[in-house]
Amino acid sequence: MRGDCVPRDIDGNPVSVGLPMAMLAELTHRCPLACPYCSNPVELTRVSAELRAAEWADVFRQAADLGVLHVHLSGGEPASRRDLTEIAASARDAGLYVNLITSGIGLTEARLRELDGIVDHVQLSLQGIDAETADWISGYGGSFSRKMQVAEWVRALGFPLTLNAVVHRQNLDRLPEMIDLAEQLGCRRIEVATVQFHGWADLNRRPLMPTQAQAVRAREVVDEARRRLLGRMVIDYVPADHLAAYPKSCMGGWGSTGLNVAPDGTVLPCHAAQTIAGLTFENVREVPLARIWHDGAAFNAFRGTGWMPEPCASCDRREIDFGGCRCQAMALANDPRATDPVCSRSSLNARLRANTEAEAASDSTVLVYRRMTREKRS
Amino acid sequence: MSGARISGAAVPYLPRGVRLHDDRVRGLRVLLAPERVIQLDPVGHAILSELDGKRSLAEVILTLCSRYDAPAEQIEGDVQEFLRDLVDRRMVFLDGGAA
Repeated sequence: MRGDCVPRDIDGNPVSVGLPMAMLAELTHRCPLACPYCSNPVELTRVSAELRAAEWADVFRQAADLGVLHVHLSGGEPASRRDLTEIAASARDAGLYVNLITSGIGLTEARLRELDGIVDHVQLSLQGIDAETADWISGYGGSFSRKMQVAEWVRALGFPLTLNAVVHRQNLDRLPEMIDLAEQLGCRRIEVATVQFHGWADLNRRPLMPTQAQAVRAREVVDEARRRLLGRMVIDYVPADHLAAYPKSCMGGWGSTGLNVAPDGTVLPCHAAQTIAGLTFENVREVPLARIWHDGAAFNAFRGTGWMPEPCASCDRREIDFGGCRCQAMALANDPRATDPVCSRSSLNARLRANTEAEAASDSTVLVYRRMTREKRS
Repeated sequence: MSGARISGAAVPYLPRGVRLHDDRVRGLRVLLAPERVIQLDPVGHAILSELDGKRSLAEVILTLCSRYDAPAEQIEGDVQEFLRDLVDRRMVFLDGGAA
């Protein structure tokens, strides 16, 4: 530790620290589904290590005091927690806007009734447009029909609903039907998010990587639907960054607006941050949330732009996309400071493009499913 | 339909899942909606505070005119522009008067 109190990035440059708006609360890594692009780390947290409801209540109060406005209750599958209602109520009591991110599996009508008046908004994931695709992708027979039942209960109880469609090569051609389904379910929003190829998804690049033609078509579909549905349904779209000219502004800037609390209380700048070698992460069981946010070395590591090497350092987009995703830089360039290789200005981009094209041209449909027990892969 | 003027007979309201919030940490009034936080200026806050789901847009405008002692055309313009955007983004709903 340095003697002064000025927060510094990974290279010792002073950084300024804002306030977080949103917190992702991963209540558990348990989930009945086994989606091959799960955003949870490959090394999953065990049940015995999960924060208890009373600990979450304390975290929510600390988060509200720190400036957090939205809490996203997520997982794994948050409904896998029997004390979900108690946890959600404590978030609402802390003054937070409560968003429940769920696959629907494990939610009952009785549970939804308990959550009525507590949860502000429900976000339901969609793996595919029919039982055959959705159950194959999620690795769980009957998931689609169950999910449609949950959507019906959610609508009957009057929760505002967003459908969260995760898209990839195996289902992207059916995007128009996904948008139609969201409309039929009475959604105010649909989020169409292309798989992020980290963690589990990185093990499934060959079956899941979209083609360039699909990405182009998806953009047209989204643009047309936005015009047609203006004032009826909002469409948020996360395109395939591997096929774009510039990277995504990951987290809107590292440590700038959001934070993530893992099931065991580890506090992360983003859900994949633990893949970055050399960073150490603190736990709310030991350190107050505000101290982790303001002073934590991992949070300060990539704040601002001082840590950037070229071509980011002199790039006119450096405060638009912040050099892209640090976890992707780590995974693809083996250097968390590097320009995200999906950027057309990265020296690694040509090679990545070639790999991406080859992956997208693969006819593989063999999925590596997310599993709780880490299996050895050769 | 969209982009058009909102009818004075329509009753605008904040639907479930969209609410005004006092951001005490930043000292701001904000509108909380799914995945969105809208920072409100005093005008925006004054307009949204009047939406009770009972009074029509025309009545809301009249109330604002007398409260802020401002000409109706100016208030009407501000309110139309502000609410149209929120209606398009599904953060304000309209009852009747055909949106």
